[in-house]
Amino acid sequence: MEGAIFIVERRGDVLWVFMRWARRDLRGALSLSFLLALVALAASASWVTPYSPTAQDLNAMMAPISSRHWLGTDDLGRDTLSRLIAGGGASLYASFLAVFIAIAIGVPVGLVAGYIGGWIDEVISRVIDSFLSFPAIVLAIAVTGALGIGLTNGMISVGIVFAPQLARLVRARTLVVRRELYVDSARCLGATTIHILRRHILPNAIQPVIVQVTLLLAAALLAEASLSFLGLGIQPPEASWGAMLARAYQNMELDPTQMYPPGLAILLTALAFNTLGESLRITLDPTSTTWR
Amino acid sequence: MTAISHSTPTTAERPIISVRDLRVLFRTPGGKDPIRAVDGVDFDVQPGETLGIIGESGSGKTSLGRALVSLITPDSGQILHDGLDPTTLRGARFRAHRRDYQIIFQDPSAALDPRMTVLDSVAEPLAIVRAADDAARRREALAMLARVGLPRDLAERYPHQLSGGQKQRVNIARALMLRPKVIVCDEVVAALDVSLRGEILNLFADLQRAFGLTYIFITHDIAVVSHISDRIAVIYLGKLMELGAADAVMGEPLHPYTQALLSAEPLALPAALRPKRRIMLEGEVPNPAAPPSGCRFRTRCPVARPRCASEAPLWREVTPGHSVACHFAEVAGRPQRDAILSTSMQK
Repeated sequence: MEGAIFIVERRGDVLWVFMRWARRDLRGALSLSFLLALVALAASASWVTPYSPTAQDLNAMMAPISSRHWLGTDDLGRDTLSRLIAGGGASLYASFLAVFIAIAIGVPVGLVAGYIGGWIDEVISRVIDSFLSFPAIVLAIAVTGALGIGLTNGMISVGIVFAPQLARLVRARTLVVRRELYVDSARCLGATTIHILRRHILPNAIQPVIVQVTLLLAAALLAEASLSFLGLGIQPPEASWGAMLARAYQNMELDPTQMYPPGLAILLTALAFNTLGESLRITLDPTSTTWR
Repeated sequence: MTAISHSTPTTAERPIISVRDLRVLFRTPGGKDPIRAVDGVDFDVQPGETLGIIGESGSGKTSLGRALVSLITPDSGQILHDGLDPTTLRGARFRAHRRDYQIIFQDPSAALDPRMTVLDSVAEPLAIVRAADDAARRREALAMLARVGLPRDLAERYPHQLSGGQKQRVNIARALMLRPKVIVCDEVVAALDVSLRGEILNLFADLQRAFGLTYIFITHDIAVVSHISDRIAVIYLGKLMELGAADAVMGEPLHPYTQALLSAEPLALPAALRPKRRIMLEGEVPNPAAPPSGCRFRTRCPVARPRCASEAPLWREVTPGHSVACHFAEVAGRPQRDAILSTSMQK
């Protein structure tokens, strides 16, 4: 409750707001810091990586952790830390792209189906159901086949596959919110459908979507790994966490430690997304008074 | 509690709302008989008057109120706003038209968007009509908040931080922003503490004078209606039972249902002055999907006769301006009907 107010009052003072938030919600603040650091690291990858992420050193294949290679090297002698940093950029880009596509398709479709109802809702709901009845990754592979192989096309496919999940969630919330008295009140004041959807339905229906989006970011991260693992995502020699994991998996018997850096990176990032989602849900709800 | 001005409406004026044989049905999922929430209602509302509508829960009074402001489309019959049927309007013309006909709901919390501050909620109507710039809207909203008696420091709060009375004042301010002609008040004080009701009703009276408003006050609470209404309508199972000037309906009720409602009302009088007899209504309100034949009040009416089951009573003007739907409203006259009542009570 107070959380929402101090944001309104001290909008200009970002650091002050952040410190205030960190005091109340340490996990959320830590998650956000971790993700921001990750983005900053990935954005400045070409300056901070100790080696070129694609440079092979055939004299140092599968090198262990050392002062020269902090996280060792892979089976082609490429520096794991450099590939982890560069691959983080690719993986984050892939996750955000997929989720952006899912939001751009799923939220408007869900709003329209839920608010307008009738036969439009029937048609949209049946399409959503048929999408959801397919295994997501199989569908993504099929769509990638149609769009062409590559990280961007792969993640557009993942976004398309994720969109029905968001659409169904938004539709369900919209069905509830459109019956609220404040929606009737706005209609009575002569508000257009667009105004009602934008100012009343969306803000009140979006809360579970925010949580779902963070789950989807984590799922997209894994989908990127799967697609890259199958060779449908990022193409060699470029790095992504999924591709690194796939490569390490192939050499598991020779050097199991190589799976830990990308695996832990995926785990921690997915965890940070989920934790941040929970914090956002609480912070964005002006009626919530519980801070855990 | 001050009474709202009891100006007698002149019949020469064109009614600001005309309701003609209005029917509102709700279809049940089973595909059975629809629920007849409003089942053939006629009345006029004159500009500047306050019409009270009394009914129990399930009487269709809320559906009627929502239909009056075009939130429900009538299944048959007509509602004319100042002579104009709003269902013939489309798009922007309809949206512009309906601004003159506002509604305030029973639950003041549910009527405010929980994610908007008080100030945003009150300024929103101006944003909808794209009036002025943001700063001017906020200024006007602050002025309206002051007008309905809310301190300025509440403006940046969220609805859940306000009391029920404060929230209802916010709803009133919001409804007034576009200067409507008519406000339908649907049980507007029912959710409030008794101690607050008088205050809010006085505010309504004050605003009616200041803004030249016409009110339709929907309530189950006779005390509320009697204090503020110029005329009173009594609705039962989707049909009007009685309609007349407030004094006439309260003083000389013609319909047994109205009499029962009035006798059930506790009076702040010494025992000796209170009416001796209290008419108890027995049983539940019948299923509105299958209302009783003939007069729909007959299943609970203390004076029901065989004729009431076979023949629906006509809507008749018994004395000028005072109409009723009861076979025995005038033949009996008050003393004789009282006799009928007492015999039936003894049975």
